[in-house]
Amino acid sequence: MALLTTTRVRHYFGGLCAVSDFNLELRSGELVGIIGPNGAGKTTVFNLITGVYQASEGSIRLRDVELVGKTPHQITALRVGRTFQNIRLFRDLTVLDNVRIAHYAQVRYSPLEALLHLGRYPREEQRIIENSRRLLSIFKLEHLVGEIAKNLPYGLQRRLEIARALAIDPELLLLDEPAAGMNPNEIDQLMAFIQWIRREFKLTILLIEHQMKLVMGICERIKVLDFGETLAEGPPEAIQKNPKVLEAYLGEGAVG
Amino acid sequence: MSAMLRNGWEQLMAQRWLMPVLIAVGFVLAFAIPEYNLFNKYVQLVMMYVGINIILTVSLNLVNGYMGEFSLAHAGFMAVGAYTAALLTQKVLPIAAYPGLFPLAVLAGGLVAALLGLIVAIPSFKVRGDYLAIITLAFLMIVKSVIENIDFIGGPRGIPGIKKLTTLPWVFFWVVVSVWVVRNFVYSHYGRGVLAIREDEIASDLMSVNTRRVKFLAFMVSSFFAGIAGGLFAHLLQFISPRVFDIIKTTDVLIMVYLGGIASIGGSILGATLYTVLLELLRPSTVAAMLAWLPAVVFDPLNEYFIRHLGVWRMVIMPLALVLVMLYWPRGIMGLREFRWFIPKRDLDAHHRPTTPGGSHGTAHDH
Repeated sequence: MALLTTTRVRHYFGGLCAVSDFNLELRSGELVGIIGPNGAGKTTVFNLITGVYQASEGSIRLRDVELVGKTPHQITALRVGRTFQNIRLFRDLTVLDNVRIAHYAQVRYSPLEALLHLGRYPREEQRIIENSRRLLSIFKLEHLVGEIAKNLPYGLQRRLEIARALAIDPELLLLDEPAAGMNPNEIDQLMAFIQWIRREFKLTILLIEHQMKLVMGICERIKVLDFGETLAEGPPEAIQKNPKVLEAYLGEGAVG
Repeated sequence: MSAMLRNGWEQLMAQRWLMPVLIAVGFVLAFAIPEYNLFNKYVQLVMMYVGINIILTVSLNLVNGYMGEFSLAHAGFMAVGAYTAALLTQKVLPIAAYPGLFPLAVLAGGLVAALLGLIVAIPSFKVRGDYLAIITLAFLMIVKSVIENIDFIGGPRGIPGIKKLTTLPWVFFWVVVSVWVVRNFVYSHYGRGVLAIREDEIASDLMSVNTRRVKFLAFMVSSFFAGIAGGLFAHLLQFISPRVFDIIKTTDVLIMVYLGGIASIGGSILGATLYTVLLELLRPSTVAAMLAWLPAVVFDPLNEYFIRHLGVWRMVIMPLALVLVMLYWPRGIMGLREFRWFIPKRDLDAHHRPTTPGGSHGTAHDH
């Protein structure tokens, strides 16, 4: 059964149709890429799935649960994690707090227990700290626990953002241009890294990327968007040869 | 020498037992000072105002500092707490026979303020920034005019002759409770949610923080303690009227918050203390005494046009002070920093680097 199913999703900004008839079936464990020129509606798709925008039409289902109409934190609590195209860490907070905050939906204590620091509070806090530190050590960030996030170099901020997304304990992970600003060597490492977290955390991954090397290298299926419409969909080899895709990327007349 | 001092200070701050000891000593002093008149009545009065202002500042800091919103409603919640508590002690509770009922009246004031806080939060937190400031300002004005128009509670004349039930031990008790509860809130996942909202609300929502719930809780805790402070204030001043709780009162608390520093409990305590004492020093008689050494040709006009009207000039000086602090000293005394005593040990330890240098886990992926 599909983990994520979107059916004829449409979204308008004013009169502009940003996404039209977006259909996607994501099976559990798959790694699928979305590519397309700037402004094709890729990030909008992520924002629709995670509830930042409410789809104007259509349905988005996580297993049996309809996501359209839910708020972002409700959707996240259903184990959907994401990163952002432009890093959106909590810049003035510590590395540890960035990861701890993403545990919000998993914390089991009431406001009263929080105000008195009694009951389930101590045990739950300890659990969150341990899990956060475990994640940070997996990502080789543990020695930076007390650092303020904005002081980290760019590469480590990217890594911290993925660690934070995993603190949600996601089944579905949405990566928005994970390779932005990386050199070819770093992209090679990132590809291995994505494969590794996918196995280690048993993730289903949907990613947006401009770096063809990464997309063609690790995605099992690729969806090409242009002006909000799906141009093509298929395995990397087929997409690479698809004349419509080449045209959208290289311009009319480029294809024989 | 200074290094030694700093070292000694650091060591002292690391002593966890110091906080309970300080609180115990504080309680003993709070009882002893009025009992044995260790300070004169005026100093005792100022101490109680310092305490009330600490409660107001710590609680407003939760919304304006930690959450980074700009609420102007604090004096409104204070008014609600003050009127509720005063009506209870004046008209409802048999306080003359049972003075021990006073804390119940104060608590009721806090609860009513918290309930109202929830109601105000609903429209307020649909918006952010300037709009939230405007809505909370509107609420402050509504509270004032509602009170002015209810004759039963004295209308614009207010409630005179309130019994003086606020004592130094009670003020100290509520200071300890408010600081402890706000601190507990801050160091919980709700508190971290509040910080996350200040940083990036949409990202917090996407990191599973129930932003609406977190904001409502923070606002309720904040207005609860504003109500408590109001109840204490009413039974200290012994007279309340709508004019006591106007925008100037909110401005006072705002200055204390930003002077002490946003998102800091220690800063709020320092800010409230410093500001309250400074304000006392700015009384016409005190200022005139301090400036008496000036030649008469300077002093006389100064006294005539300025010093004697300091009460009015305050309305100019204080908002100006707020603007200056926010522009040139946005972090205040200790913005975004905290005394180690206030930080739970678990949180301090959690931020320690691992003892074995980086990558202590064999499973770590090399990337």
